[in-house]
Amino acid sequence: MWKRGIIGAAVIALVGAAAYASFFIAPTERTMGTIQRIFYFHAASAWAGMTAFSVCFVANLLYVWRRQTKWDALGVSAAEVGLAFITIVLITGPIWAKPVWGIYWTWDARLTSTFVLWLLYISYLLLRTLIEEPDRRALLSALFGIFAFLDVPLVFGAIRWWRTQHPAPVIMGGPGSGLEPTMRAVFFFSVLALHTLMAFLIVERYGLEKLRTELDVVRREAEVV
Amino acid sequence: MKNLGSVFAAYLVGWAVFFVFYLTVARRTALLREELDRLKQSMKKGS
Repeated sequence: MWKRGIIGAAVIALVGAAAYASFFIAPTERTMGTIQRIFYFHAASAWAGMTAFSVCFVANLLYVWRRQTKWDALGVSAAEVGLAFITIVLITGPIWAKPVWGIYWTWDARLTSTFVLWLLYISYLLLRTLIEEPDRRALLSALFGIFAFLDVPLVFGAIRWWRTQHPAPVIMGGPGSGLEPTMRAVFFFSVLALHTLMAFLIVERYGLEKLRTELDVVRREAEVV
Repeated sequence: MKNLGSVFAAYLVGWAVFFVFYLTVARRTALLREELDRLKQSMKKGS
């Protein structure tokens, strides 16, 4: 128990340090000004969310292949955590957009594909609540999860393949793109902090799912007795 | 420091989402643990 507390405190300290760096170490961007500081939280959350969905995708594939409960538990845990991160992306994006674009939202390829991704993983979680039988629920949601993941490369490619309102990529972008060295360091530090938080949340959520499986086993035993 | 309020709002809302998510996981875990303990107790009494 105390170990979890120490790890939790370390994760909070890391995320706090990333926020401090975003506010006080990263230089102010010349065109957008202070509002650009949202980038360190917004884009790093998007990366962490995509990683969580990738974990979900791998777990879904492994469930279909091996039919082991642990992969179903990991899949749903990663999906919930990924959804929390993408919710943040969808909230912080419009807060950033309003002063820069003059509008909160526009239906361009990047924004729309991200919103669709959010809806797909909400559907994944809803689907799980509709099926009672555990093996059937695990298999159908794994298949749906594999389908939902198809949107992830679309979100990644949207600002590379089409002309969008959303800014062009500054990381893994074309020639001429990139970040000033301090901005780049702060961004990757934020990515590290939010990935640590993502891993911590997945482990916590996975613990809940393990407990649920244990409860199902004890319930079945109680019925037999 | 134009738009500093918006930057703070974005960070605060983000942290609130994580905090609420963590609370729901902790609460669901506590409820399940409670039910598991109760079930184990009742099985012990029954045997």
